[in-house]
Amino acid sequence: MKSKKITWNTIKSWNLLLPVVALILVMAVNIIYDVANGNNPLSFFTITLQQTTGNGTILYGRIIDILNRGSEAAILAIGMTLVVSSSAGTDISVGSVMSLCASFCCMLLAGYGVSSTSQLAVPLIVGVLGGLLMGVVCGMFNGTLVAYFKIQPMVATLILFSAARAIGLLLCNDLIVYVRNDSYAFFGSFLGPLPTPLVITAVCAVIMTLVLKKTALGMYIQSVGINDKASRIAGLSSKRIIFLTYVLCGLFAGIAGIVASSRITSADSNNIGLYLEMDAILAVALGGNSLGGGKFSLAGSIIGAYTIQAITTTLYALGVSAAQAPVFKAVIVIIIVAIQSDPVRNYFKKHSAAKQAKGVA
Amino acid sequence: MKNKGLRLNGHTILLLITIALFIVLYAGGCIAYGHKGFTHLQTFCNILITNAGLICVACGLTCVMLTAGIDISVGALIAMDCMLLAVGMQKGIGAVPMIIIVLVIGLVFGIVQGYMVGYLNIQPFIVTMAGMFFCRGMTAVICTDQVSITKDINPTFYAWANAKVIIPFGGYVNNKGKYMAPYVRPGVIVALLVLVIIYFMLKFTKFGRSLYAVGGNTQSAAMMGLNTKLIKMKAYILSSMLCSIGGICYCLNTMAGSVSQALGLEMDAISSAVIGGTLLTGGVGNVFGTFFGVLINGTISSIVKTNGKLASSWPNILTAALLFVFIVIQSAFAAIRERSKNK
Amino acid sequence: MEENVVLTARGISMTFPGVKALENVDFTLRKGEIHALMGENGAGKSTLIKCLTGINDFEAGEIHIDGISGPVKNHSTRDAQNVGISTVYQEVNLCPNLSVAENLFIGREPMTKFHTIDRKSYNKRSQIIMDELGISVDVTQNLENYSLAIQQMVAIARAVDMDCKVLILDEPTSSLDDEEVEKLFNLMRKLRDKGVGIIFVTHFLEQVYAVCDRITVLRDGHFVGEYPVEELPRVKLVAAMMGKDLDDLAEIKKEGVENAQNNPLEISARGLSHTGTVKPFDLDIHKGEVVGIAGLLGSGRSELARSIYGADKANTGTLMVEGKEVKINQPIDAMNLGMGMLPDDRKAEGIISDLSVRENIILALQARKGMFKPLSRAKQEEIADQYIKLLQVKTPSRETLIKQLSGGNQQKVILARWLATNPDFLILDEPTRGIDIGTKSEIQKLIVQLAGEGKSILFISSEISEMLRTCSRMAIMRDGQKVGELDKDLTQENVMKAIAGGESDR
Repeated sequence: MKSKKITWNTIKSWNLLLPVVALILVMAVNIIYDVANGNNPLSFFTITLQQTTGNGTILYGRIIDILNRGSEAAILAIGMTLVVSSSAGTDISVGSVMSLCASFCCMLLAGYGVSSTSQLAVPLIVGVLGGLLMGVVCGMFNGTLVAYFKIQPMVATLILFSAARAIGLLLCNDLIVYVRNDSYAFFGSFLGPLPTPLVITAVCAVIMTLVLKKTALGMYIQSVGINDKASRIAGLSSKRIIFLTYVLCGLFAGIAGIVASSRITSADSNNIGLYLEMDAILAVALGGNSLGGGKFSLAGSIIGAYTIQAITTTLYALGVSAAQAPVFKAVIVIIIVAIQSDPVRNYFKKHSAAKQAKGVA
Repeated sequence: MKNKGLRLNGHTILLLITIALFIVLYAGGCIAYGHKGFTHLQTFCNILITNAGLICVACGLTCVMLTAGIDISVGALIAMDCMLLAVGMQKGIGAVPMIIIVLVIGLVFGIVQGYMVGYLNIQPFIVTMAGMFFCRGMTAVICTDQVSITKDINPTFYAWANAKVIIPFGGYVNNKGKYMAPYVRPGVIVALLVLVIIYFMLKFTKFGRSLYAVGGNTQSAAMMGLNTKLIKMKAYILSSMLCSIGGICYCLNTMAGSVSQALGLEMDAISSAVIGGTLLTGGVGNVFGTFFGVLINGTISSIVKTNGKLASSWPNILTAALLFVFIVIQSAFAAIRERSKNK
Repeated sequence: MEENVVLTARGISMTFPGVKALENVDFTLRKGEIHALMGENGAGKSTLIKCLTGINDFEAGEIHIDGISGPVKNHSTRDAQNVGISTVYQEVNLCPNLSVAENLFIGREPMTKFHTIDRKSYNKRSQIIMDELGISVDVTQNLENYSLAIQQMVAIARAVDMDCKVLILDEPTSSLDDEEVEKLFNLMRKLRDKGVGIIFVTHFLEQVYAVCDRITVLRDGHFVGEYPVEELPRVKLVAAMMGKDLDDLAEIKKEGVENAQNNPLEISARGLSHTGTVKPFDLDIHKGEVVGIAGLLGSGRSELARSIYGADKANTGTLMVEGKEVKINQPIDAMNLGMGMLPDDRKAEGIISDLSVRENIILALQARKGMFKPLSRAKQEEIADQYIKLLQVKTPSRETLIKQLSGGNQQKVILARWLATNPDFLILDEPTRGIDIGTKSEIQKLIVQLAGEGKSILFISSEISEMLRTCSRMAIMRDGQKVGELDKDLTQENVMKAIAGGESDR
């Protein structure tokens, strides 16, 4: 009896419980759906090798598709996790900043005013670095407002939320700039048999994990997020750390922007990253991280991001259109935050306390 | 005692800056584009006609922001309302029943959001973000195509939309020698009515004042015996109701429902309120300032449109720049206040 | 009930998890008197007040109020208001963005026949109320346009207008200047003459003698006594608050510390101050010396230390560390000069609640080394284990979250955090508050031991006895000012006399 209780408690306190349970649920829905339709029950998990004309031999399957499509949200979720942890607020500008970075990168590669090109105007690396730099600059802008001007994160990032996309359009002269060049298309296609976006996400996640583990940054961010007064007395500069997390968030938005634009080999300012900030925030929450800041789990956020993509893909498979999918996302958000809310938690605490008291009596 | 008799505090200054800014912008438009008819009263009326829905929404949002909350579901709710109206009328339901349905949906939606913010104590941004997802998705669930309301579908609604309320002055004679009387649409009348009612509600009713109290200091308000949870919930109900009214005005203007309608309208409404002097930290602001915020946004779009050569993204950038300036000014005022208090 | 008595509390007891906050406390308030409630940190003043106002639920005892039969038990501030108990806190609980009149009437506004609020009528009534109380304000102005003193008076006016019989003023004068305090006192006297019973909580002795009629003293959750103000001179009051009896801990040897005055200077402050909290002061601390700061809570004793450390950046003056003039803008600057500070508010400024014991211990050391020179996990564990053993921290493991430890063990972890940085100068602000007696003497021994190793220590405590045992010299603080130093004849009585000060004018 006792050992059972302990295992249950360890499971309950496992920080990846929420995203993993959600992921399992999604998979279960897929299996049931496949069975109901008389397909192979494991078709969701099947991965095959496929020959393509453009990319050689690639991996193919629903899981691969999810991992590929969910990459941008996963990359954004990495930065968003840091921002949420350090400042207890969200950066709602990431989708817009993505679009701006993509536009800037394409503008550099195609040259200003050119709407379609197959010849790069500047070396690829310059364009890409330019796009990333733009992300960093946006991050610095947000970070300055939040850390030094003490403006609520949501409000501070609202400025770039509405401006960044528009500036991107301006840079592209109100056009959709096409860069039809294979070297640029690489970031959105395949590296060997694997989708490049997935590889990029993995690299980002690994580097960020290493940075957090191999420097003291991870502890600094959590420390500031939990108690910034005490952190200050202990010698941390909370302003600088909050600023840094916004810069990192901007950088990741830049990476995601280039991936998204490379997929379509163009800078579609109006559509790149649209609503993706919501997915990123949702991924952080679904990853078991409190939106009130403090402790975080990067792995949770990334699993969260892919879970969302799995939900989306599943919905599409069930015949729900892309425009209708947000209804389900909304319901999921509400369930997650309601579970995490104080009144509901207190209710359950009281409930279980009452149960225990009864058990003792 | 230090500031006795000094009525010109930071908030009043901010409001005056807003009004002055509107006048400067509008005058600038008149000087630059006078030859394109910018000086005509009709230009101003057109700004009102285009932004009638936004005025209603921004009024509701101001009330929510007074309680230090936020409601970003409004744009999506408008899209859902428009789609409902369009599809409902296409199915042959009358204009009046459809309007009642839309208002009831606004009420229910507001109750749900308000309950989650007020009683479950969840961050308003998250709740209304979910609300936004829900409405956008629902719009698509109702219908994914663009649905127009034509004269054949619902003549009553069509007549309302095209009714002109003539203004007896400020007309001009066009180049064909015909006198053009300036006019507004019925939506504008509704919006202005909402504006006046909310203005008086905020100033002269218990509920109005308690919104300020909750935003000023929630804990104090509770200690003074106010039911802060209920007040917050009511604010969100009010916002969703006004948003539904705004949705009807919006629909009267566009006469269509589509999934991508009113995209980003919540941000226009928020920036209007902020530019109009409403503090995001709650407790300060009024719909009068918000109205000028809407007018400034409208004037910028109008100038860009009249120019015809400027890129369509300029209004967004300019509004964001204004938002930036006003937020920084607000933060500076707050810092000054903090410093003077510590002394 | 006795004649003229408006409120009696008998045998009030209350426990918080692990702490007996109040034990069998009595309190009596008469009509038309100003009654000071005195006590040091943790004496139970605020707990008693929270019991009266319904915020805390006391376990035993009874409260009686004039005009109400049977014992009264409040469950919320509203209940308390309904039986005539109103409270005004140091932090004004009003809405600064509303007008003075609205603050007086919100929630109970007079209405017109159109169901709108009747501004005219309540503005007029408000003006009358304020005029009657002799507060000159324009009631239509926003509250935020007035000074804190006026805001406090508005809060009092609201309480009075709601027919309160008992008015509790919880440290209302902490952020007021002398002139404002005098205005507040005039208002209090006016209300007393009207028959209101006022409970006045303050740290300032002068104010007690300026305005109060009677004093009740609490110490460590116990009732010490109730005295008419004439019968309790300052020194006796301080003695009552701080406790005369030395606790039965063995005397700690401190010969090495005694001779430290001849060592070179570690810290030398000249004219350091922080606006609003501590007036310019000079202070020298030698290597290997333990200097105490004696003073009541709110006397500026913590603020003095904070201004040296840069927790509150000093506005004026110079600071020399080991003979060199330095500029400290923020704590990390001080840390790089070899300082450390254990703050008095453990929860707000000490612990990082959701991090493990290990992380809490290495935090300051890591901050000093910088982000890019992380301690290896093995090194972290070694340090954590070392200090857990050294300080005998009772924790299930070094990976336990610090919030799960008891207060005393949390404090040891924070102490370990600073010891790990091997500081030359350590500020300890109330390191033993809320800690059991065994741990207390451990910490005291540790202080002397550290001094013996040549470290300088600035020690702040509400307990004079523990400072006597460890310090070789004491700086005396009163009302935000350093009023002197004692190095000879360090006795309980001398220190108390110095803290109380102004014996002659009473």
